[in-house]
Amino acid sequence: MKELKLKTPVRYLINTVLIVVLWTLVTLFVAGAGLKGEYYRGILITIGINIILATSLNVVCGYLGQLPLGHAGFMAVGAYAGAIFMKSTPASQLLRAGNNAAVIPYIIIAVLISAVVAGLFGLLIGIPALRLKGDYLAIITLGFGEIIRVVLTNIDSVLGFKFTYGASGLARIPKFTSLNVIYIFTVICLFLIHVFMKSRHGRAVLSIRDNEIAAESVGINTTFYKTTAFVFSAMLAGVAGCLYAGYIGSLYPSTFKFMKSIEILVMVVLGGMGSMLGSVISAIVLTALPEILRSFSDYRMVAYSLALVLMMLFRPKGLMGTYDFSMGNTIENIVNKIRNGRGSKHE
Amino acid sequence: MTFSLLIAQLINGMQTGSVYALVALGYSMVYGIIKLLNFAHGDIIMVGAYMTYYAIASFALPPVLAIILAITVSTLLGVTVEKVAYTPLRSAPRLSLLITAIGVSFLLENGAQLLFGADQKSMDPLITGSVMLGQINVSYVAIVTILVSVVIMILLSFVVNKTKAGKAMRAVSEDMGAAQLMGISLNRTISMTFAIGSALAGIGSVLYLCAYTQASPTMGSMLGIKAFVAAVLGGIGSIPGAMIGGFTIGILEALVAAIGFSMWKDAAVFLVLIIVLLFKPTGFLGKKIQEKV
Amino acid sequence: MSNVLKCEHLRVVFGGLAAVSDFNIQVNENEIVGLIGPNGAGKTTVFNLLTGVYTPTSGVIMLCEKDLAGMSTIARNHEGIARTFQNIRLFKDMSVIDNVMNSFNTRMSYSIAEAMFRLPRYWKEEKKAREKALELLHVFNMEDLANENAGNLPYGSQRRLEIIRALATNPKLLLLDEPAAGMNPAETENLMETIGKIRDQFHIAILLIEHDMSLVMGICENITVLNFGEVIAQGTPQEIQSNPVVIEAYLGKKRD
Repeated sequence: MKELKLKTPVRYLINTVLIVVLWTLVTLFVAGAGLKGEYYRGILITIGINIILATSLNVVCGYLGQLPLGHAGFMAVGAYAGAIFMKSTPASQLLRAGNNAAVIPYIIIAVLISAVVAGLFGLLIGIPALRLKGDYLAIITLGFGEIIRVVLTNIDSVLGFKFTYGASGLARIPKFTSLNVIYIFTVICLFLIHVFMKSRHGRAVLSIRDNEIAAESVGINTTFYKTTAFVFSAMLAGVAGCLYAGYIGSLYPSTFKFMKSIEILVMVVLGGMGSMLGSVISAIVLTALPEILRSFSDYRMVAYSLALVLMMLFRPKGLMGTYDFSMGNTIENIVNKIRNGRGSKHE
Repeated sequence: MTFSLLIAQLINGMQTGSVYALVALGYSMVYGIIKLLNFAHGDIIMVGAYMTYYAIASFALPPVLAIILAITVSTLLGVTVEKVAYTPLRSAPRLSLLITAIGVSFLLENGAQLLFGADQKSMDPLITGSVMLGQINVSYVAIVTILVSVVIMILLSFVVNKTKAGKAMRAVSEDMGAAQLMGISLNRTISMTFAIGSALAGIGSVLYLCAYTQASPTMGSMLGIKAFVAAVLGGIGSIPGAMIGGFTIGILEALVAAIGFSMWKDAAVFLVLIIVLLFKPTGFLGKKIQEKV
Repeated sequence: MSNVLKCEHLRVVFGGLAAVSDFNIQVNENEIVGLIGPNGAGKTTVFNLLTGVYTPTSGVIMLCEKDLAGMSTIARNHEGIARTFQNIRLFKDMSVIDNVMNSFNTRMSYSIAEAMFRLPRYWKEEKKAREKALELLHVFNMEDLANENAGNLPYGSQRRLEIIRALATNPKLLLLDEPAAGMNPAETENLMETIGKIRDQFHIAILLIEHDMSLVMGICENITVLNFGEVIAQGTPQEIQSNPVVIEAYLGKKRD
């Protein structure tokens, strides 16, 4: 019996169809929810932001095998950069006038600015930090993340003019992050991570995780690839920050405390280090779970932390381990299994 | 800044630094033995502080009993956490262990919020009064805090270097497998380490309460991180290192606040950590370990 | 015959102790040279000096007449030195074929942007790399395992994959650190064939550390014996086998 082997264009087509179907379902769901639609929309947008945050951290954490604890810092930098840009544009008036299409170019520019600025910070921090390993890298990135937060809180007093508005918050940011915007950017981010990892560059990153000394021995420029993965991850976190700013409308430095970084890390580890599907699922579950538990309001955070501990005790490698999902492979396997099943009956 | 003001700030810094150092010791010992950044350690201080608060403010127990209660509860809590949450994961990936520690930390914080309420609890200071040393006014709290922590540090050095239990602890942190082959009970030694670390946290919590007279559910998280920074700065796994690191951070904070930048305190602490790590990747007194090819 | 590797008066000191001193060796094209000696004689240290893991205190390492002083491990690989490790260091969570394809990294040229936009050069180079990797695996009868996880391979295949991965970097000199360690006689036999095959098909120089004397005596043209960091004998297998100094180093001095 000949094995089914899907061609690359067919695989791309399958995934495109899947993305469109999912988008339709999400849109219909929110539209059909009536009065609760606005509430669900908010949760779905938060889920999208958390998916980008978790999968981007997974690049450094799961694929590169390092443990950074400063992800919230890059998110913050991206959020402020995007927000300050959007405030300088006529986006607010356009949105109020209902002219959503005219805002699209501004959104694209804002996201790019956030990515570049966060990427620059990633480079600045990554070069010194990546000389260290393990828990030392964790604590030094945590330090950088906290420094970013303290600077955002106090920079106005140094500059002498209003820039980030410190602890009182950067308010009246145009709320440009609609469900469609978050959906498109989430898909783009996931796609970018996928194509990066499935290339010679991605292989090099994985080989550093598996054995750095061996990677050097086959000529992999480990410093370059560590820095690249770190910067790439920071850029995506910046994008997530920008979209967060456009959703929430006002930014406070205290949002980006190190607990935020840890929340994102928890998503990655629970999903399974090095599994993109795992990061996506746990970002969804961990965003929705506190909402579902809202009726037990007093106990929900206790339940959440208890769930975290129990999960680790019973599945220490996370939900998905290192398994990575591929729609094409799944279809191949199912079809081949059915064919083989039939084949053996005929014999 | 006048000279006497500088000395006063130094003493201030040493007082905070003593608390950091005591907490840092717990981090350092646990890290040395099972390579775990025990995130829940800071929250044990929080629990200890609440115990002291309730014992004195609600039940009007004499301070000595309150202190003993705080230390006992902290110790029991530390050992329980180790037995329930960390022991089953001894062979799991280290990151799973770290996430478990984070989970325990969340649990303690949220549990405390549920039990004790989210608001801060304030109490009357345990130790009042001060003494003039030349030109400088030094509070009794500062003197007691610094003295207590120095005495404990010396005691601990003695325990770790001279007693059988201390030797077992050092052996396990050097090479777990070999220590086991030499007949050292892994479970007992690790529990012992957690017990000592948590007892120190309990003492730290009392000293903290003496200085700041406030307890809140999240007080442990930043205190814990600072103390961990102190442990890393001094060289993780080293007792004098934890002390040097703790004092360095305490004094640094006091000086930064004294020149009018108290808002930048945290940033200064982390900046110093980053600079030290870049030039001395294992901290002041840490040992360098190179992977064998 | 041109020499591929030439070491002169190589010496390295760790904390006042000379781990290797006055080490001289020459390995020619198409030649298999054995490096033997009792445990702790400094054999792996020599490999670490050659690959730039350690910096020599003094002495010269030349690869095809080029001085390698100051070069990193990565640069030395680009110059043409590839190695295997005493304790296997595979990319365990990657597939067998990805382990091999990773070695082509420096000889592929598509950029990160080209990968992200899946431009023609990405497809072309990836296809070529995959074919080349499969071809290499085929030579060593491992193409059936191409999609297995490297960590799931049996021990013998893991050792073989490590050699293939090193070969895939297109080296001039291949360093094998105890390739037969932990193998049974049949597997060792198989390995000898493999090493011979590498020399015949790829025309490179091979320097190998080994304790299994049947392997060393069976395939090496030249043998260097180290003891306490010093070369105590150099010569053909026959000469080494009958050299009294070597016998003494291995078996101890006969008491009169």
